Amino acid sequence: MDERNRYLKAFRAAFPCTLPVLAGFGFLGLTYGVYMNVSGFGFWYPLFISILVFAGSMQFVAVDILLAAFHPLQAFLLTLMVNARHLFYGISMLEKYRDTGKKKPFLIFGLCDETFSINCSAEIPPDVDKSLFLTFVTLLDYLYWVVASTAGGMLGSLVHFSTEGLDFVMTAMFTVIFLEQWLKDRSHISEMTGVLLSVICLLIFGADDFILPAMAAILLTLTLLRKPIEKGGDAA
Amino acid sequence: MIMTVPQQWITVLLIAAATMLTRFLPFVLFPARRQTPAYILYLGKALPAAVFGLLIVYCLKEVNVLEGSHGLPELISIAVVAALHLWKRQTLLSIAAGTVCYMLLVQFVF
Repeated sequence: MDERNRYLKAFRAAFPCTLPVLAGFGFLGLTYGVYMNVSGFGFWYPLFISILVFAGSMQFVAVDILLAAFHPLQAFLLTLMVNARHLFYGISMLEKYRDTGKKKPFLIFGLCDETFSINCSAEIPPDVDKSLFLTFVTLLDYLYWVVASTAGGMLGSLVHFSTEGLDFVMTAMFTVIFLEQWLKDRSHISEMTGVLLSVICLLIFGADDFILPAMAAILLTLTLLRKPIEKGGDAA
Repeated sequence: MIMTVPQQWITVLLIAAATMLTRFLPFVLFPARRQTPAYILYLGKALPAAVFGLLIVYCLKEVNVLEGSHGLPELISIAVVAALHLWKRQTLLSIAAGTVCYMLLVQFVF
């Protein structure tokens, strides 16, 4: 296969997988850019922050941080907490990203919720270059976010939203992937662990503080249930 | 703006650094050239299923079942996504239909 063909084939396989993210990031990125604009920041702020940080929910939190007094250590620690879930993505992708060579640093850099979801669950056709597929998904998602948030920053309050509810596209995507995972497994212990413990922690700790306790509870439960889960084929 | 421009960019760089730390740490701790511990490999396989459950709850964390629309638009739309997906197994179709359903519900019904 010649070089151009290899790239084209991987792109053609990757692009359709990123369509829900195009819709979701198109909307959320635009919203973020507009929010930055009306908070008094020029468009180069969302542009460079999206290029450097590339973490949707954290960037929304960062708007308030940038409007407040200078507390660098606090900003650093808050980011670690908000983004701690990435640790789980990394652990989950250790094997899949193992043989990706020079593309690996970029794949890790771009490992946001949505890119993780696609790259973790995608069934890559055997005749498609695996590393290229993973890279195209990561790159496309990255571009959607950077372009949309910059556009929002430029247009600002000129943008009129009649698209209320479009952000649900991300919830719908996670639901489909969760369902696929459910259909693939036999024991469903991991799935139920994830949902139940998250809901319990949400009820106890509230929307702003439930992620870390939920992660700890999931980690503990999966560790204790290692035998039945491995036997049940969830981890196959 | 309370911060000076250099202070703003120091803050942005620290937020970027902390984000990258959370993304790179597992790969730094368990490099490809060394044998990854069996426990970590197990977690790598068992975690995704649980993490997608966590992500759905994360998306719905602001939903209040006691007030407003009682989370009904979310519940109905997720049911639509699930039912359609079990029926057709067409990922993009399930996602698109669920999203359109949600948009119609929040804009015209609730």
